[in-house]
Amino acid sequence: MMKEINRMCMEFPAKSCNEGFARSVVAAFAAQIDPRFDELSDLRTAVSEGVTNAIVHAYNGIQGEQNMVKLECVLYKNTIEITITDFGKGIEDVMQAREPLYTTAPEMERSGMGFTIMETFTDDLFVESKPGAGTKVFLRKVFTVNA
Amino acid sequence: MKFELSKAGTFLIVRIGGELDHHYCDIIRNRIDPELMEPPIRNIVFDLTGLTFMDSSGIGMLMGRLRIVQAIGGNACLICENKNVLRILEMSGVMRLFNRCKDIADAVRGA
Ligand SMILES: Nc1ncnc2c1ncn2[C@@H]1O[C@H](COP(=O)(O)OP(=O)(O)OP(=O)(O)O)[C@@H](O)[C@H]1O
Ligand SMILES: [Mg+2]
Repeated sequence: MMKEINRMCMEFPAKSCNEGFARSVVAAFAAQIDPRFDELSDLRTAVSEGVTNAIVHAYNGIQGEQNMVKLECVLYKNTIEITITDFGKGIEDVMQAREPLYTTAPEMERSGMGFTIMETFTDDLFVESKPGAGTKVFLRKVFTVNA
Repeated sequence: MKFELSKAGTFLIVRIGGELDHHYCDIIRNRIDPELMEPPIRNIVFDLTGLTFMDSSGIGMLMGRLRIVQAIGGNACLICENKNVLRILEMSGVMRLFNRCKDIADAVRGA
């Protein structure tokens, strides 16, 4: 078992102005273990994808205090685990949703690359979803230990 | 996010700096699209030199503007040096569809 160093949890409304906020929070939180700059950039991008999905898709783009996104981070010596949870419409077929270029929102100029980017920029990606109840996206990033 | 529009002949020049995400893509799209309706504009240059962050929202925004200029018989160019941004552009195939230029002078040459 890895030893947990720190953890945090926050909730914010599904508003697009919180995308940058969420990225910055995760980056600031991860700074405690002094990650490499490029690896931290990858993490910021992956978090941005997960949070943006919750804001764009989960609640059909309806912004408001009743539609919340939850962000949890657990920090280990050289690893961060992030869970992004929404309580929106959920995903019918997660396997299909994770395929590159698959999108249900081409009219909103979505490209269907979000899950592919999350997968490429992290070490583990798990998606759990229940139609009508919401979606949980789990990301794990292992940082190179600084010499 | 920093955003600046200018024109040179048939070119609309769009400079974007800082962090480009879904929130700012919506804002930028609404500023660019009316300009693309104004003749003689039919080409677009995205100068992303000052961009430090972009996610998939940027891909969608760039591809959408590419489609508009292609529909009016124009071209789309891109200037970008940031390694993280380039990786996203390459992964998604955006890089293959835009002309890559080294600076604005290079992009609007022969305008
Ligand atoms: N939190 C979510 N709630 C509901 N549906 C989701 C959620 N996240 C993703 N999806 C569904 O999965 C699809 C694929 O997501 P992905 O992030 O890969 O692409 P996208 O968001 O459509 O486009 P892009 O991320 O490139 O802008 C979405 O189109 C949407 O239908
Ligand atoms: Mg997405």
